[in-house]
Amino acid sequence: MKARVFITLKPGVLDPQGKAIHHALEGLGFGGVQDVRAGKLIELELAEGTSDPDIEAMCRKLLANTVIENFRIERSEDA
Amino acid sequence: MKSAVIVFPGSNCDRDIAVAIEQVTGRAPAMVWHRDSELPHGTDFIALPGGFSYGDYLRSGAMAARAPIMRAVGEAASRGVPVIGICNGFQVLTEAGLLPGALMRNAGLAFVCRPVALTVENSQSLFTAAYRAGETVTFPVAHHDGNYQADEPTLDRLEGEGRVAFRYGEPVNGSARSIAGILNDSGNVLGLMPHPERALEPAHGGTDGRRLFEGLLEAVA
Repeated sequence: MKARVFITLKPGVLDPQGKAIHHALEGLGFGGVQDVRAGKLIELELAEGTSDPDIEAMCRKLLANTVIENFRIERSEDA
Repeated sequence: MKSAVIVFPGSNCDRDIAVAIEQVTGRAPAMVWHRDSELPHGTDFIALPGGFSYGDYLRSGAMAARAPIMRAVGEAASRGVPVIGICNGFQVLTEAGLLPGALMRNAGLAFVCRPVALTVENSQSLFTAAYRAGETVTFPVAHHDGNYQADEPTLDRLEGEGRVAFRYGEPVNGSARSIAGILNDSGNVLGLMPHPERALEPAHGGTDGRRLFEGLLEAVA
């Protein structure tokens, strides 16, 4: 069983990395980009029976800093 | 004073802070490994040093904040033992929930490494009693993730309760309200990005950091 955790900065939190990426895209001539926000993807390989609350607890206790970040969990049953 | 310096894998200012503590207090601190679960009996001052604990993996300070020794640090802090976190130590304290807010990538994206002017905002704390309120002091900074951020109510509360200990006197890293160092609600935990332990003797280029340790020694001893 697998889960993917997407970690993103909360709206309104300044993202200097996103801004730098945006600037670099513009430098390459990509004009249509209005904003860039950078985040993280963490892939978990989990034992059968790991519950949603278990994964949420992992996110709250370590994977995300909920002061500045949101997280979203996506589970897939296929190995 | 019986001090302890917590050493994480990747700490690199643990020796600097140990030298500073020994010079000012006359007693070398215990160097406590992050995998330990207890502090030496009678520890009455704890320092979390600067560096790049765990290679800054996941987020700066995130892994160190969950190290076994941090439970003992949290318990000591709740009993009123003074705890200082400098640079990476400040990041660890916010990640551990012992201080509010978070330290994010510097607004200019560059690693900032130079002496900076700071204003002492609160001269009543355990750590700042040897300074005058409003005084300008110079400590070196050396960080990539020193951009202090918290939500507006938290920032208002920090200001209102006199918990902003140091503020930058010049643009450094984009910190909200130019905050360089904050206290917890009981005033016994200080986190700051600048390095007072690197401004201890004339050879460092300045001695403004010395009084932080002298004031603390006076308050604790």
